Amino acid sequence: MRIYAILVYLFLYIPIGIIALFSFNAGRHAAQFTGFSLQWYGTVLSNPFVIGALKTSVIVALSSAALATLSGTLAAVALQGVRGRMRAFYDALIYMAVMVPGIVIGIATLIALVTVFDVLNPMLSGLFGEGAPRLALGKGSLIAAHGLFTMALVTVIVRARLQGMDRALLEASSDLGAPPMRSFLQITLPQIAPAVLAGFLLSFTFSFDDFIIAFFVAGSETTLPIYVFSSIRRGVTPEINAIGTMVLVASLLTLVSAQVILRRRAR
Amino acid sequence: MQSQPIAELRKVTKRYGAVTAASGLDLAILPGEFLSFLGPSGCGKTTALRMLAGFEEATEGEVLIDGQVVNGVPPHRRPVNMVFQQYALFPHLTVAQNVAYGLNQRRPKLPKAEVAAEVARALDMVRLPEFGDRRIWEMSGGQQQRVALARAIINRPKILLLDEPMAALDKKLRHDMQIELKSLQRELGITFVLVTHDQEEALSMSDRICIMDQGRIAQIATPEELYDRPQSRYVADFVGRSNFIPAKVTGHDGGLVVAEAAGALRVLARGDAALPPGAAITLSLRPEEITLATAQEGIEAEVTHRIFLGEHTEYHLKSPSLGTLVAVAPRASEARNGALAPGARVRLHWRDGAALALKDG
Ligand SMILES: Nc1ncnc2c1ncn2[C@@H]1O[C@H](COP(=O)(O)OP(=O)(O)OP(=O)(O)O)[C@@H](O)[C@H]1O
Ligand SMILES: [Mg+2]
Repeated sequence: MRIYAILVYLFLYIPIGIIALFSFNAGRHAAQFTGFSLQWYGTVLSNPFVIGALKTSVIVALSSAALATLSGTLAAVALQGVRGRMRAFYDALIYMAVMVPGIVIGIATLIALVTVFDVLNPMLSGLFGEGAPRLALGKGSLIAAHGLFTMALVTVIVRARLQGMDRALLEASSDLGAPPMRSFLQITLPQIAPAVLAGFLLSFTFSFDDFIIAFFVAGSETTLPIYVFSSIRRGVTPEINAIGTMVLVASLLTLVSAQVILRRRAR
Repeated sequence: MQSQPIAELRKVTKRYGAVTAASGLDLAILPGEFLSFLGPSGCGKTTALRMLAGFEEATEGEVLIDGQVVNGVPPHRRPVNMVFQQYALFPHLTVAQNVAYGLNQRRPKLPKAEVAAEVARALDMVRLPEFGDRRIWEMSGGQQQRVALARAIINRPKILLLDEPMAALDKKLRHDMQIELKSLQRELGITFVLVTHDQEEALSMSDRICIMDQGRIAQIATPEELYDRPQSRYVADFVGRSNFIPAKVTGHDGGLVVAEAAGALRVLARGDAALPPGAAITLSLRPEEITLATAQEGIEAEVTHRIFLGEHTEYHLKSPSLGTLVAVAPRASEARNGALAPGARVRLHWRDGAALALKDG
């Protein structure tokens, strides 16, 4: 049995290991390792297309994570006040949103946005004439689609934290004279802060790494995963290995920090 | 005590769906008094307290604080403060920040220096002067309880509500805290309302005790009154211990009720002069009222157990006419007469008026 387990792990991690290894290859050929070098990292970081895609990815990831964190946290707080059957209904919706495959979200968001744009754009040009703003797919639709998906994630994480919070703390705050909003800011928020931060980091990672949803709704924008996908059609180059390794390290660091924050007891 | 009540419950009923947690509570709390709600688990003590604090709304009836109806007034606008059972201290704040919390909610804001001075005073009062900068989890259970107390008194509430504040403390600490709480109350002159299921705690601290039974008030009275003149078997059983003997009224004699127990035994008991002859009653007889003698006269009984408890000894007795009884003999009397071993035959006596006649039902 153990040998199978080892084989499975090898199968999983050898390709990743090879990408990381060959990103440091001095030679251009993927077949043999000819010596250690950082030259491909230099090439990648001086490529304006890569830097442009990276910028787009970071902007989209930061904005969608901010959007998801804000709306997900508010949703979690609001759900605290819902009981009984309605609660089960909303819970089911949230968990379903986490589980819906990316490709479905991608297609659904694409169709929804295009339909809405088709209705709104003629109205806008009717209102403003020639110089009317035109709605189109782009950063905005990327942020919306990613934010929508990761909001459910944030809600689930923050909910767990809220449920572990002692209800008496809020009663004590209220008893001591704090109106509800102030109780929320002074007591609830500090208590759930680690979950909120972790939710933000997870959302960021998701958006930064996502290809499927982005592929559908990016319009003319190019995110880093989309750039990698399109350049891979011209063969795997050492530059791609370098990009892959950097994305891997960045994602792992973010995920690990999120875990550390969630584990740390806010006692 | 003619003054206007500081708080009142008027025919207050609280229902949670099908469960009636409190029903028809009628109660006036007087300024400066120490009132306890006492009763077994689930009798509605916490519910009553939470309706005063504003965490629960009465289903029926009115809650008044300082002459104002407060139904519908949220907790943050009520001039009362609460010490929570598990303290509910804010874990992300220091001890001093916890204590200052109430003052910091005032609008317009108080000057920082004034808040700091008040916090220092409150911490002094609960004897934790050096602990302001500590985190909550660096404090022992007893210390946390004092922090909770300081936090609750800093706003000088009209009433301080305490929900089993000492349940989590060990026996010795609990006793010390009871004395401190009582002297704190005298010092502050604030009305204290305490919830407890510990009768000793209620008896030793309260000016008045409100005994609760399944959501109703069974009796409100001073500790002495409750002990000497319980109005029902429930109260007599809950406050102190008692032997209960079924009996029948046969008449009245010089202010005492004449009753007949176990067929032929004539007992002179305290009780309602209006009890009609022939009424079925229960005689309540405190264990310490029974004296044990080896003389010829008195009610026959046999010792079944002897339990030595230090300052006194408890005897479990079996009497052919009255069934099982409990008697308590002080150490001094035992030292004089010698201990009685299980199996010993004794005679029971009690003075006229020691027993209390309680109407059945
Ligand atoms: N939020 C609630 N929902 C439903 N039932 C409740 C609720 N709170 C209390 N009850 C019920 O109301 C009754 C009285 O409860 P309460 O908490 O007042 O009892 P208590 O006298 O404080 O008991 P304890 O000594 O165990 O704390 C109980 O039967 C309890 O189950
Ligand atoms: Mg209770």
